[in-house]
Amino acid sequence: MTNVLEVNNLKLYYYTSKGVVRALDDITFSLQEGETLGIVGESGCGKTTAGLALLNMPMPPGKIAGGQIIIDGQDIVPLAEKEMRRHVRWQKIAMVFQGAMNCLTPVFTIGKLMMETMLEHKTMKKEEAWHIIEKYLGYVGLPAGVTKRYPHELSGGMKQRVVIAMALFMNPKVVVFDEPTTALDVIVQCQILNLIKKLKLEKALLSCIFITHDLATEAEVANRIMVMYGGKIAEIGTNQQIYSERAAHPYTKKLLAATPRLHQKVDHLSFIPGAPPDLLAPPTGCRFHLRCEVAMGKCSAQEPPLIEIEPDHKVACWKVGYKE
Amino acid sequence: MPDNILEVKNLTKWFPLRRGIWQFLRGQQRYARAVDGVSFVIERGEILGLIGESGCGKTTTGKLIMKLMEASSGEIIFNGENVTHLRRPELQKYRRSVQMIFQDPYASMNPRFKIRSVLQEPIVIHSLGRSYNEREAMITKALEEVKLMPATDFMSRFPHMLSGGQRQRAATARALILTPSMLVADEPVSMIDLSTRAEILQMMKTLHKELNLTYLYITHDLSTARYFTDRIAVMYLGKIVEIGAAEDVVEKPGHPYTRALIEAVCEPVTGKLDLIKHLPIKEGEIPSPANIPKGCRFHTRCIHAKPECWEQAEPDLIEIGNKHKVACRRYNEIK
Ligand SMILES: Nc1ncnc2c1ncn2[C@@H]1O[C@H](COP(=O)(O)OP(=O)(O)OP(=O)(O)O)[C@@H](O)[C@H]1O
Ligand SMILES: Nc1ncnc2c1ncn2[C@@H]1O[C@H](COP(=O)(O)OP(=O)(O)OP(=O)(O)O)[C@@H](O)[C@H]1O
Ligand SMILES: [Mg+2]
Ligand SMILES: [Mg+2]
Repeated sequence: MTNVLEVNNLKLYYYTSKGVVRALDDITFSLQEGETLGIVGESGCGKTTAGLALLNMPMPPGKIAGGQIIIDGQDIVPLAEKEMRRHVRWQKIAMVFQGAMNCLTPVFTIGKLMMETMLEHKTMKKEEAWHIIEKYLGYVGLPAGVTKRYPHELSGGMKQRVVIAMALFMNPKVVVFDEPTTALDVIVQCQILNLIKKLKLEKALLSCIFITHDLATEAEVANRIMVMYGGKIAEIGTNQQIYSERAAHPYTKKLLAATPRLHQKVDHLSFIPGAPPDLLAPPTGCRFHLRCEVAMGKCSAQEPPLIEIEPDHKVACWKVGYKE
Repeated sequence: MPDNILEVKNLTKWFPLRRGIWQFLRGQQRYARAVDGVSFVIERGEILGLIGESGCGKTTTGKLIMKLMEASSGEIIFNGENVTHLRRPELQKYRRSVQMIFQDPYASMNPRFKIRSVLQEPIVIHSLGRSYNEREAMITKALEEVKLMPATDFMSRFPHMLSGGQRQRAATARALILTPSMLVADEPVSMIDLSTRAEILQMMKTLHKELNLTYLYITHDLSTARYFTDRIAVMYLGKIVEIGAAEDVVEKPGHPYTRALIEAVCEPVTGKLDLIKHLPIKEGEIPSPANIPKGCRFHTRCIHAKPECWEQAEPDLIEIGNKHKVACRRYNEIK
């Protein structure tokens, strides 16, 4: 298997007036061809920041503060914005932004919106563009007639399909989905997950990154899961490793325990007391130690490295993989 | 006091649609039937979940009960008293007993008010708390009930200085400050993430026990409803199609729509990759409340529908045991 994406020691900091927010702090992972990597974690842990970093488009006052993003053998971090726009963004890596379905320009028809997106990224004849638009509408299960309609005339699920179709236009190698199902209700959620699975089976979608805070949703789509905490990777492992007793990081275990299960009556849902760390001044040592039930002296003093505990499975915790 | 704190009888809310010139000239008026004949009771101290897809009329039902809007028809009985057409000052009194928590705690708080002022507002509106000290004590108590401690610290913060979970706690504190006997919680946790969600639900459960509160819990998330509620009512296009003990509804669903909702839920277990889930519901969109299908309103999406379902009258809720009721003509054939 070849890697379509390799991320090495990536850092994205927000340089605010109050100080530096270390939203993405030294992240290393790779994505294989045809694979879906899930990114999960609490609100504010840096998931969206990670997605934006991969497109080399940090939101101001953010800047990539170091590291490499290798797509197709090329490091895109040093590339100029013009170069990124012309050859990389949307062509090689595309993103379905968090809440994008609610940001479709209301005064344009879906057809016009799609046409503009197409022509912005590639010069081609209008007929050719229409041809591609129709093809992708078909892929996402929308009738060609929606091109004549306005965003407000579509349901949430339909708008999400439109946004997904637009991310696929240039046939990118990697697509980043940021919370594509969070605002939708169960039935539509299920239909969008089905759509993503179908697109992968049909090879209309190659490799992807699926961001969500919901571990239950992630179980449906992600081959591998990366659990983030406070701008860092806490654990990364395969679907089978994370959704089993093999989940190793205390944070992952807590997240799993806090996820309600439909067919299991529990009297007490466990939760993680306390709040996620302030990334302006993250705690010393392991960023999770203040909320960790099994923390020991070392945890507040020294940061645990991400180490491999079995093939494909890496954990950053002083309690895991070390002899006491 | 009666056992049922709240009784809703045949409640409807029809929103008039804008008319075209022809309809206007002919004197025709069409309606979006957002709530279309809803009946249920809530026992004192009970938690009832109201579940359904987006747009099925959950929030409208909540607002009708809160009397934030006037019902088109039907009755709302609270503690044995008909409150459907209450006017001030009785309405004011009713509003103290029933409070609502909204989905988006940020939108429901004035961002320029400190938490102290946010919580003080209802006290002032209802002219409670005679002295400064008395008001301060009420605010402190409410904040402590939702575990925002030290209360004095949180009082002097602005809403944006709270995390999502803390904001939802503050919203709950504001609802509790008038010591209501019932809370209508409209998607109180759907905007906050998983770990905090569990914490807020846990807190609401504790309050339920300690203050003997009654809840109407509105959500589209069956997993939290299973955990949080005693009974679940499933709503489809303005009407309740199934109601029963939470466990019965989830484990022995009677209505085809409920089955589809349950099937659609994701669970955090491995082995589901590449498996396309075939929901027992027809593809396609939910019909508009301005155009409710004839007969059984679910028939256009039902995989079991037969001509009898759209030719005959709309099915009533029929008891299938253990106070579990289902509105489906073909229930016996398809179970
Ligand atoms: N433009 C910005 N300026 C300053 N800080 C920012 C900015 N965008 C994000 N942050 C901070 O960076 C951190 C990570 O934010 P990010 O949006 O990546 O989180 P997330 O995991 O996507 O959260 P959510 O689940 O709420 O979407 C947070 O602490 C956030 O406050
Ligand atoms: N003030 C209003 N005027 C006209 N139509 C309305 C009004 N309020 C709600 N509706 C319509 O009534 C129906 C029910 O809306 P409601 O907000 O009660 O649904 P809901 O079940 O709470 O949905 P959600 O899960 O999205 O919050 C919708 O079709 C909505 O468009
Ligand atoms: Mg995000
Ligand atoms: Mg609602």
